[in-house]
Amino acid sequence: MALTFAATPRTQVASFKKGPRGRAARRNLTGWAFAGPATLIVIGLSIFPAVWAFFISRAKWNGIAPATQVGWRNYQLLVKDPDMIAATKHTLLLTALFVPGSIILGIVIAIALNQKIRLIGFYRTCIFVPYVASAAATGILAGFVFNPQFGVANDVLRHLGLPQQQFLENPHQAIYIICLIALWGEVGFTTVIYLAALQDIPRDLVEAARMDGASPWRVFRHVTLPELRPVTVFAAIWQTITAMQLFDLIYTTTRGGPLNSTQTIVYYIYELAFQTQRLGYGAAAAYLLFIVTLLLSLLVIWYSRRRGSEVF
Amino acid sequence: MPRFFKEGKLPFSPWHLLLMPLALIFVLPLVQMLLTSFMSSAEINQFPPKLIPTSLHLEGYRHLFSETPALRWFVNTVIVSSIAVVSHLALCSMAGYGFARLKFAGRGIAFVLILATVMIPIQLLMIPTYLMFARIGIVDTLAAAYVPWLASAFGIFLMRQFFLGLPAELEEAALIDGAGQWRTFRSIVLPLAKPALTTLAIITLLWSWNDLLWPLVAISDDHRFTLQVGLANFQGMRRTEWSQLMAGNVLATMPLILAFLFAQRKFIATMTFTGIKG
Repeated sequence: MALTFAATPRTQVASFKKGPRGRAARRNLTGWAFAGPATLIVIGLSIFPAVWAFFISRAKWNGIAPATQVGWRNYQLLVKDPDMIAATKHTLLLTALFVPGSIILGIVIAIALNQKIRLIGFYRTCIFVPYVASAAATGILAGFVFNPQFGVANDVLRHLGLPQQQFLENPHQAIYIICLIALWGEVGFTTVIYLAALQDIPRDLVEAARMDGASPWRVFRHVTLPELRPVTVFAAIWQTITAMQLFDLIYTTTRGGPLNSTQTIVYYIYELAFQTQRLGYGAAAAYLLFIVTLLLSLLVIWYSRRRGSEVF
Repeated sequence: MPRFFKEGKLPFSPWHLLLMPLALIFVLPLVQMLLTSFMSSAEINQFPPKLIPTSLHLEGYRHLFSETPALRWFVNTVIVSSIAVVSHLALCSMAGYGFARLKFAGRGIAFVLILATVMIPIQLLMIPTYLMFARIGIVDTLAAAYVPWLASAFGIFLMRQFFLGLPAELEEAALIDGAGQWRTFRSIVLPLAKPALTTLAIITLLWSWNDLLWPLVAISDDHRFTLQVGLANFQGMRRTEWSQLMAGNVLATMPLILAFLFAQRKFIATMTFTGIKG
């Protein structure tokens, strides 16, 4: 693949005309010797499979028998598939809770951690540690903490005099509990980037506003928050992608249950392709996921542009 | 920073009232995981739950190692993550340098293609990648788990950004003195790139160690599982063997948690960098 690229754009080659032809060739060779291996791996393991996935998505195929070309039929079936519709709803609900949740919590915790008080190092360590733990292990641990029979969560409710809950085993609660667990695991990340952004805000800016008699809330609302906007745009996109692609936590807690109440698009794709061997249908679902994620990201960028923030 | 509260009423800053409960919520489940891994089943299966084990029970670990190839999974994970980190450091720093400093035909289009891949989700790639790996015969081997981790668009981008910000005078001097491009890179540029390389190593370690979906898809022989896959599948079969599950969880999370505790500043710098440049 490297050779094809090396031979392509004429405009680029023209800019190398200084010196004899041999030198340009040598320069290209050196350049590709440096950039080639990684480029080949990245493109070979993404652009090429992505294109292939598109052809698979237009076929009916179980991976063994010859594939039948069905055109757009997989996509037509998908948009009417009740399981796909349910999975999309669950995914969007999760995203709608997780993205604002992780941003608001991230800002609040970052502001708290930015104070010069005792124990701050201890607090930082505690709050960032869960981010390092794998989502799979976090899911297994959550199954223990939220165990209806002898989990700590029910013990806490008992102490508060509240009724015992089924948590992950209740189809009406499971997705909210999963969102809570995801926040526990990921808030460290938004907190870290907000903390860095807070420390980058010029002190004079805040001081000046306070000298002018602005209340702490107004300083926060009109000075701090606007300064954080570029980070918020990034965090919104990054966390949207994280939420849309949530798999590990669901695999190690509910596996889509109970009664399919936590079946997300990614989990559905996994089941279609690797449990029921419906490769074409699964690939089509993956393309729909890709398009929805892309549209949501563009929406965030469009919205932030409209609000006057220039990050992209 | 704005002060939300007037100090003086409490003997300590009111921020503690927010931070202390939060810190406990974040860290206590992990502490409980560690403590539970040293409990007997009888101790675990009681309500209200106990936090501190009466004595050090090692049966969770003993059963885990005798009933599953957990040690093998651990070794596999170490192999996959090591290859991922070493390969990322080598290939992405070379490519990043190439894209930042060297002029060659096709550089522009190759870089745009690499950037475009960032948007493609793994779920879209896993079906064709599985088929591709099946065709070259590496499905169900450790290679299936580490080949996708040999290099990444993120790594190339990170290194390129770093090299773009590095003044070029030193390299130019070395080149004029007759050192080749490769020697200049090895002995002048790479030593300067240590902070970026540390960031890249940490992020690759985190992502490859914790990866579940791809190795779950690509590997079905339980001697070739990584820890995350092994545990996730073990949990599917033995939902109630909590001491073993927590022992496995400790095995899967503690190496990274310890690394985090020892090199906290570098980890946080890495997370910040991911946020700002990612």
